[in-house]
Amino acid sequence: MSNSRSDVSDPLRPADHADTPAPDTAIAQPRLGVVGWLRWGWRQLTSMRTALVLLLLLAIAAIPGSIVPQRSADPNGVTQWRTDNPDLFPVLDALQLFDVYTSAWFSAIYILLFISLIGCVIPRTRHHWSALQARPPRTPARLARLDDHAEAVVELPEGADAAAAAAEAIDAAQIQLKKAGYRVERYDARDVASVSAERGYLRETGNLVFHGALVGVLLAVGIGGGLTYTGQTVITEDDSFVNSLGLGYTSFNPGRFVDTGSLPPYTLTLDRFDVSYTPLGEAGQGQAGDFAAHLTVREPEGEPRDGVVRVNHPLDVAGDRIYLMGNGYAPTVTVRDPEGDVVFSESVPFLPQDANMTSQGVIKIADGLDEQLGLVGFFYPTAATMQSGAVTSAFGDLLNPLMTLWVYAGDLGIDDGTPRSVYTLDPDGMTQVAGGDSGVESLELAPGQTVDLPGGRGTITFEDETASGAVESVKRYVSLSVHRDVGAPWVLAFATLAVLGLLAALFVPRRRLWVKATPEGSTLRVEYAGLARGEDPAIRGAVADLARDHAAALARLAPAGAAAVAPGVAPGTRP
Amino acid sequence: MLDTGLSMDAVSVVLVWTAVAVYTLAFIAYTIDLARRSDLAIKAKDAAGARVLVGVGGGGLAGGVAERGPDALEVAPSQRPRYLWARIGTSLTVLGFLFHVAADVLRGIAAGRVPWSNMYEFALTGTMLVVAVYLVVLFRYDLRFLGSFLTGLVIVLLGGAALAYYVEVVPLADPLKSVWLVIHVFVASLATAVFALAFALSVLQLMQARRERLTVAASGDADGAAVAKTGPGFLRTLPGADALESLAYRFAIVGFILWTFTLIAGSIWANDAWGRYWGFDTKEVWTFVIWTLYAGYIHARATRGWRGTRSAWLSIIGFSAVIFNFTIVNQFFKGLHVYSGLS
Ligand code: HEM
Repeated sequence: MSNSRSDVSDPLRPADHADTPAPDTAIAQPRLGVVGWLRWGWRQLTSMRTALVLLLLLAIAAIPGSIVPQRSADPNGVTQWRTDNPDLFPVLDALQLFDVYTSAWFSAIYILLFISLIGCVIPRTRHHWSALQARPPRTPARLARLDDHAEAVVELPEGADAAAAAAEAIDAAQIQLKKAGYRVERYDARDVASVSAERGYLRETGNLVFHGALVGVLLAVGIGGGLTYTGQTVITEDDSFVNSLGLGYTSFNPGRFVDTGSLPPYTLTLDRFDVSYTPLGEAGQGQAGDFAAHLTVREPEGEPRDGVVRVNHPLDVAGDRIYLMGNGYAPTVTVRDPEGDVVFSESVPFLPQDANMTSQGVIKIADGLDEQLGLVGFFYPTAATMQSGAVTSAFGDLLNPLMTLWVYAGDLGIDDGTPRSVYTLDPDGMTQVAGGDSGVESLELAPGQTVDLPGGRGTITFEDETASGAVESVKRYVSLSVHRDVGAPWVLAFATLAVLGLLAALFVPRRRLWVKATPEGSTLRVEYAGLARGEDPAIRGAVADLARDHAAALARLAPAGAAAVAPGVAPGTRP
Repeated sequence: MLDTGLSMDAVSVVLVWTAVAVYTLAFIAYTIDLARRSDLAIKAKDAAGARVLVGVGGGGLAGGVAERGPDALEVAPSQRPRYLWARIGTSLTVLGFLFHVAADVLRGIAAGRVPWSNMYEFALTGTMLVVAVYLVVLFRYDLRFLGSFLTGLVIVLLGGAALAYYVEVVPLADPLKSVWLVIHVFVASLATAVFALAFALSVLQLMQARRERLTVAASGDADGAAVAKTGPGFLRTLPGADALESLAYRFAIVGFILWTFTLIAGSIWANDAWGRYWGFDTKEVWTFVIWTLYAGYIHARATRGWRGTRSAWLSIIGFSAVIFNFTIVNQFFKGLHVYSGLS
């Protein structure tokens, strides 16, 4: 589309760019020294073909990470994969297929790509800088040779000065082009006048901004990642979270440069958790929605304030963003010893197992009884009995709440300091005294009920919260995720810059236009021509518009000398 | 269904099938058009006899209209060749489109939200945009030769979605309640529609390039002695491979910009919903792969030795990845983007 003559104001392109003339392979290659080889290697790395191949490699290399579970996105999936394929696992693991996006091979590809990118962009930027200062090039001798060209013949009035008329006509063209945003330069010679115009430097600027912004995105992601932290916590209604590593978090992942000792000091109290369920009998029945955690936020300065966390609407507190990740029920359980003294009273978060909130939880009573007790419980917000006789939950809301418990007695295995998950019970070293194969029915409680623990071990109560003024009989909890990501705004800024650059790089036409006026006897021959520099679907129209508007301008200048467009070379018509 | 007789959603489904039926008629008309163009091309060639080529920028290839320059596609509607069956095809496409729009709007009203929140609705809206983009582009470029291809694609996708992906209207899950659903998914569908046009043009470009190669090879042989088979005859009435390529490129870059925007909008949404803007979730991976493939295509077009046939293959691979992303990844790959609505 564009020709391959290159001059200063042309953008610099790698040697294998489609618009760069192919090197003459007939010339014998000089022998290469070390420097020669290095230069050769660098030229290979910064060539279009290398960029292209690396881009395609990057696309291919990203695919395995969507097929094999990734430790970063789906750690449980990786564990499951290992269980399912014990033989294959070590092989894939050695190939870093569970950490594709941090693997050596994936990193190698994108690092090479970005080195290539920088190596490509820097010389182009330097070149473009001087091109911005250059003047539009000399008017070619034969405009008619260009693909996009038009011609008009103007009759001059009797006795007019042809050279002056030519200069005057080009003056008009120059004004017109300048108004249209072209950079113009006059090239008048004896009686022939011409103007050379160029526009669309913004195209190359956009290209450079785009590629540069990609580097910016990469840097912002890399540096930002080191300053980012995420932490998870669970808060039950009426309970609080303290933003401190030792106190508040169930898990915490800081980036490399995060000072974990100086987290902003604030506390969050969960006042209420709202959720609504689509009623039975409607489309999508049982579906939960409109989740909202109502919090009270207390910062060292200022009054406590209310804050709400919803899905898609995190809460900003002291530079952290707080996300709602999950929710569930936290039945309050009180255990009394045979004398009736309270040895345990807590709201225990139960983990939801299905869409109807059948939930599982573990209660550990370490002190106060003769033997340690471990209780594994199921909670059903709407208990229903299946045909098999098993209990299940038929709805997520509290229509018919029921808790069933298996009881284990013995050693919980927590005294030696080994960390144990609060959500699981290791029955090793314990005997089951209720439920399962123990011969004793599992315990069943509705809110407000109390039953005896087997073997005269005391009693257990499932507290009804409405007794203490709450709206619902069972407390709820939320799991929240606390994030700080200082890099994200930068990533967004660079990404936006990239889009703007891309728009300019792809849609700003870069072209040259020329207008030349040649006196021929009693007439003036005016030629118009255009040359696209790169993709420019509108070049033909631009030449036609130029010719038309210029003819109109000439007609205004000298109404007598009616501009007659020569037959056969009428500017192309546009739809 | 509900007890209110025919619900709005049920009417929408009827309209979907009506649209599919009308598109099928359009497809038939467009196909007849291509077949007749083959005849016309052969007759024109016979009639032309020894007449000299009149086309502009022909590059010296033997043949007929196909050697017109890149601007040959930019013809005002009133000045286009009067292919009767193509006109019938376009009229039917417009009619089918009206049913399609009605179906989409009714589904949206029935659901009380934008109709692109699960795979069925995404396919419904996405195919509607394919047709819309095609019809809009027709005002500027005479692309009626793509008609049978695009109506065929829409029939398969829309009919397939209505059969395999249909789900009843249910309330939106919380994570989908976001302005970004409206923006991100809509722009993604629009990008897909534009990529579809680029894809169709790239396929034709490959066919045309093959024909041009074979024609050159044949003209090297003894005069007309070997009447080589150079592909479907209608290709002769189409612009040359270069022109098809440059038009495919124009659509691909528009699609690329929209896709870039989709990627960014998706990241902003992910940052609100999941607390991170990027996590290489399966769907994110595929969005990235597609983006990189099209960046590769754009580079290929600018690389010596890759312009032409090779870059066309990249456009085809890119669009295949788009379709793969929508169908296979949505249904069978595990990830956070669970919005297919299928169980
Ligand atoms: C992260 C990797 C890269 C991506 C995503 C990328 C993407 C793009 C895109 C979208 C364009 C089209 C916009 C335009 O024409 O200005 C483009 C053009 C271009 N890129 Fe890259 N690029 C990458 C790396 C590179 C590298 C390493 C080089 C150097 C060899 C390079 C050289 C060019 C050139 C010369 C053009 C202009 C092509 C033309 O004349 O049409 N790019 N790139």
